[in-house]
Amino acid sequence: MIEVTKLIHNYLRHDKKFPHVWCPGCGIGIMLGALIRAIDHRGYQKDEIVLVSGIGCTGRLPVYVDFNTLHTTHGRALTFATGIKLAKPRLKVIVVMGDGDAVAIGGNHFIHAARRNIDLTAIILNNSVYGMTGGQYSPTTPYGMKTATSVYSNVEHSFSISELAVTAGAVFVGRGTVYHAKLLESLMEKAFQKVGFSVVETISHCHTQFGRMNRMGGAVEMMQWQRDHAVTVEKAAQMTEEELKDKFKIGVLIDRNLPPYQDEYDKIRRWSKGVERK
Amino acid sequence: MKKKALKELLLQGNEAVVEGALRAGCRFFAGYPITPATEISEQLSVRLPQVDGTFIQMEDEIASLGAVIGASLAGVKSMTATSGPGFSLMQENLGFAIIAEVPCVIVNAMRGGPSTGLPTSPAQSDVMQARWGTHGDHPIIVLCPSTVRECFDLTIKAFNYSEKYRIPVILLIDEVVAHMREKITIADDETIDIVNRVKPTVPPEWYIPFEDTPRGVPPMADFGEGYRYHVTGLTHDVRGFPTSRPDEVDAFIRRLFRKVSQNFADFQIGEHYHIDDAEVAIIAYGCVARSARRAVADCRDKGIKAGMLKLNTIWPFMRTDVEKVLRQAKVVIVPEMNMGQISREVKRVNKGSAKIFTINRVDGTIITPQEIMGRIKEVF
Repeated sequence: MIEVTKLIHNYLRHDKKFPHVWCPGCGIGIMLGALIRAIDHRGYQKDEIVLVSGIGCTGRLPVYVDFNTLHTTHGRALTFATGIKLAKPRLKVIVVMGDGDAVAIGGNHFIHAARRNIDLTAIILNNSVYGMTGGQYSPTTPYGMKTATSVYSNVEHSFSISELAVTAGAVFVGRGTVYHAKLLESLMEKAFQKVGFSVVETISHCHTQFGRMNRMGGAVEMMQWQRDHAVTVEKAAQMTEEELKDKFKIGVLIDRNLPPYQDEYDKIRRWSKGVERK
Repeated sequence: MKKKALKELLLQGNEAVVEGALRAGCRFFAGYPITPATEISEQLSVRLPQVDGTFIQMEDEIASLGAVIGASLAGVKSMTATSGPGFSLMQENLGFAIIAEVPCVIVNAMRGGPSTGLPTSPAQSDVMQARWGTHGDHPIIVLCPSTVRECFDLTIKAFNYSEKYRIPVILLIDEVVAHMREKITIADDETIDIVNRVKPTVPPEWYIPFEDTPRGVPPMADFGEGYRYHVTGLTHDVRGFPTSRPDEVDAFIRRLFRKVSQNFADFQIGEHYHIDDAEVAIIAYGCVARSARRAVADCRDKGIKAGMLKLNTIWPFMRTDVEKVLRQAKVVIVPEMNMGQISREVKRVNKGSAKIFTINRVDGTIITPQEIMGRIKEVF
């Protein structure tokens, strides 16, 4: 308990007018807790961290924490973060987005930030729905589910954010859930230590909108669903396609090394000044 | 006294923008290819790395302005350049730069529209988009060069205004001025006046990031300098935190306007050409001002008392200068390459003393001196 109080005092903004905007039982608070513990464990200075977000429930996260914080336009958080990182590479840039923010309106920015290998960590909270606006379907809403704009059924097929990130060129991709909070924290820590574009997808729940419309119960039941449907990468390797049908993998999905954009651009700077290429 | 070194250059308007930007201290550019603004990107991709700056080609214009704002928040003077279609995409983040008060410069090399329109033909049809393109009530500063020399000077001015007032500044060039070549002479660096944003001098715990000041412009801390604060596109209180309290919202929006309106005189850049005794006055800007100048000279040769007020500041509208012209001239002609965007403003400030005539060309070709002469003969 003392540990938690210390973290709250050190990282939450005391001059911010609480309470926060999230519903009771929301997973974003758990993700924020994991984020703060991971940052604290890595020992970063608060001054060197820039926390950037877009729009939506998850977009409201940075205002509560005592870093350099930037709440940008919908879907564009990664573009602002790109500018910050390239202008001042010594800063540790962390971007938090929701699923609609990251891969619907911001999908183009997401794949290009990954492709360029901009040195930052993108943390995406995936709750399968647009929560703040009242529960409309997002690119990660599973086929057949009901939302405020698919009351009959969702006939679109969903994206897998993590697999998209792997294909687009991220050097590290991890997936966790808000049920597996300790795993989530360790994935974030691993992501922070990587040089290059790292992604942590956080499977969460929106019981207020998605759970209610699909009769999935409250926050507790939806977290139990996460527990029952998540399979670790290691365990999944032992399982058949059939057994994995309704499951999703959690853990480290990819971990590789590629030169980050700023190192590549440093070469351009040298060459532009006439330094010979080796 | 030691003589200052002078450099003579034959430059395109777009290249002069590059020279001006580098001298103003621009060290970050993010953009997306579009005609007729590409020369700015191409040149900066060569020049910026040489001075330890950064050039990046983004995935679209939305991302370009996002990156520019991010770099500026990190403390680096930043810009982007585009044309009509890209400028439309930038309107979203332009609004962000206004509400979060982030200095940056946006060049819009105007071409004919709407939509894809006329990619390599000139127009002046983005005057109102530059003013009101992004949603919500807001102030804006828009400058418009008509010579290559002015491309250089006004780019520096644009950076200076944006830093001084924490506001995005738009440089509206038309395709003619962007691509035209002229000889310009550039003085040594130290003769150029460069303005940098005011930074906080108080300790971080005393810093109130969006506090009202007599100038209306709060000091701006860079990210990573020890002043941890919140920047948002939501309407915010003086500490930067979202608010919907009517008294806080009202004070904030009014301060945004006041920081420009109370410094109105600082933004008046124009040229008076034979205007003092003019009976026929032409109000023009951009490439059309070049034709107007010739028309005035030809009129004077024929004994017609003609003159020109050239607008280099488009917004805030130079109403003091325009009103003076309207009081004194019998006939005022506003030639422009659109259906009447500035003439509408001229008519708005007219108290009924002058007769206002327009020349509107929307076919992607320039208004000639002969055309202006013809109109003068018609109406005067």
